[in-house]
Amino acid sequence: MTNKKRAGMLAGALIGLSALLAPQGYAAEDPIRIAYIEPLSGAFANVGDAGLKHFRFTAEKINEAGGVLGRKFEIVPMDNKQSASESVQLVQRAADEGIHFITQGNGSNVAGALVEAVDRNNRRNSDNKILYLNYAAVDPALTNDRCSFYHFRFDANSEIKLEALTNYMAKQKDIKKVFLINQDYSHGQFISKTAKEMLKEKRPDIKIVGDVLHPIGQVRDFAPYVARIKQSGADSVITGNWGNDLSLLVRAADSAGLDVKFYTYYGGGLGTPAAVGDRGEGKLLQITEWQSNAKVNETHPEYEKWLNEFKRRYPDIDWYYHRVYNEMYMLKAAIEKAGSTDVDAVAKALEGMTFDSITGKVTMRAKDHQLIQPMYISVMDSNVVHDVDNSGLGFTTVARIPADQATAPTTCEMKRP
Amino acid sequence: MLETIVFSLINGLLYGMLLFMMSSGLTLIFGMMGVLNFAHASFYMLGAYFAYTLGSVTGFWIALFLAPVLVGVLGAVVERYGLRRVHQFGHVPELLFTFGLAYVVDELTSLFWGTVPVPYKMPDSLNFTLFNLYNFDYSAFKIFILAVSVAMFVCLYLLLKKTRAGLIIQASLSRPDMVSALGHNVPRVFMMVFAIGCALAGLGGVVGGIQFVTEPGMAVTMGPIVFVVVVLGGLGSVPGALIASILIGVLQTLALSVDISLASVFSGIDVSRDNFFSTIWYMESIRLAPVLPFLLLVLTLIVRPRGLMGKREA
Repeated sequence: MTNKKRAGMLAGALIGLSALLAPQGYAAEDPIRIAYIEPLSGAFANVGDAGLKHFRFTAEKINEAGGVLGRKFEIVPMDNKQSASESVQLVQRAADEGIHFITQGNGSNVAGALVEAVDRNNRRNSDNKILYLNYAAVDPALTNDRCSFYHFRFDANSEIKLEALTNYMAKQKDIKKVFLINQDYSHGQFISKTAKEMLKEKRPDIKIVGDVLHPIGQVRDFAPYVARIKQSGADSVITGNWGNDLSLLVRAADSAGLDVKFYTYYGGGLGTPAAVGDRGEGKLLQITEWQSNAKVNETHPEYEKWLNEFKRRYPDIDWYYHRVYNEMYMLKAAIEKAGSTDVDAVAKALEGMTFDSITGKVTMRAKDHQLIQPMYISVMDSNVVHDVDNSGLGFTTVARIPADQATAPTTCEMKRP
Repeated sequence: MLETIVFSLINGLLYGMLLFMMSSGLTLIFGMMGVLNFAHASFYMLGAYFAYTLGSVTGFWIALFLAPVLVGVLGAVVERYGLRRVHQFGHVPELLFTFGLAYVVDELTSLFWGTVPVPYKMPDSLNFTLFNLYNFDYSAFKIFILAVSVAMFVCLYLLLKKTRAGLIIQASLSRPDMVSALGHNVPRVFMMVFAIGCALAGLGGVVGGIQFVTEPGMAVTMGPIVFVVVVLGGLGSVPGALIASILIGVLQTLALSVDISLASVFSGIDVSRDNFFSTIWYMESIRLAPVLPFLLLVLTLIVRPRGLMGKREA
């Protein structure tokens, strides 16, 4: 037998084999797959990895309790290397593999590309649609002028967070002068612009004494910025910084003896409490949809067990994304309500859905697919039940903003199928 | 105004001296061995992690000495079993070797210590405010960094210029055969130089890890700026590196502290905001500051390729 013949036979055998293995429609016992599109290599791999653990843990819990319509959830990790173009290709791959649900959260630029890619796919392949569940990208545009029927956001968007944060600040009578320092890209620019408008409206007597944008991830020495804050006489700082840009800022402020409160989005984010250390105690505030000492667990003792079990399994990280819990359980409820995994039916079921979450009732606003949920403002504290990053420091709630106040109007005009 | 200038000078000096601690080893290795060590920032990172781990057992002060020594030993091993073998194939393979090494060290670091920042803190004995200027606190630790870097510069300068060992080191670069003929072991001299260079980076890491954040990304973020210092100061010149470090530190801090733009300097000329180039015209110095060192790098290479005090072209 010549080599050519042998190769031909092999190819024939492979074709036959793959025909045998090809899915014969979806049998009831096939898992419901969710593609998890996040950086799993490179500089942000730690963030992507932590999120994956959250999703896998939640999927496992749902599966243990009987799954969804007798089927199980399966998380399929896909590495997008934090690149928008890679992510678009992964949407294609998910479609090719017959995956109908994707989830992503890190980077609003990636999220924007995903919304477009998903819309395009759903227009062209109406028999193979995809639903995009966003658990962290907070760019308000995604639920305003760029909103899509196939996109659902489970984190509060930047505008809602800022609305709630400024509402809280407006009530603090000791706030007189506010300094804004943010990263120089869409996220930071939005905060810089909107915070000024909101504060002006709610507390016209508050002076904005500084507004600085700095390049993202490049500043090592924040001492000059801190000097500016100090010279401005500010008593409070609003910042959307995350990661090292936040840690270094807070540390430099502490070292210079700057006594201000930092109102942040991501003060409790992965790795930040460890890097900030006890220098942030009493000074670092964050706004989140939940935090581990939120003290809502009296009515939900099982969530306490959930946290502890997660910590036992992954001692390096903490249960941080409560929205992953909301996302997975709401998806489960939507699939059950729709009675199938048909994307249009599931999306319709999710629209306007009210879910009894750990933090109270949360609603997926039908108009723009933004989850409306209670928000928590908390301050860094060493006297807590659950610490974060094994640092001995955690957060204590100072204010709970009910869901009906943690909201912002939307300009979304959604095209529905 | 005076306040702003004083702030800029002091903060710039403090930052500049920290830059010098990180870059002096690099310029030493290049000046003496001709090796452009891309893995330098990785040794800086190892210094921080070693000091963190050792410090939890021995305390900060012992770790301050032990960690750089450990990094130095590691550097010696890298030179002896890696660089020396690659050396015979020329400079490009050397460069590629250190380039690859940087990645290996970074990955190993995140394997051993995890990707989350480690809580590496300053010792309590230095955690107090030393003096207060215009209502701005300066911690004892910052002054400690200053003292360490000055001591480092003096020792290094004396070692190279005033001792026999320094003479042999300098001679080994320009006339290796003659030094060898005089009975000195030239490869061992190179190994020592590389080890000292790495140890200096390690020392920079011990204090830099506290001042900044000790995490696996610290090498990557510090890498570029260190090269700017070395090129600006002149490859191989330790005093040059010192001047360049302070220059960068002060310049950057100054740009961050004052609000000027081309538009405010040349207020007589009116440039329309619709103009495509108006972005540059109205750009405030505070947004330009982080790019300044790299602008300097490019300008240096165009105008004066050998840097401020270098003897050779970059």
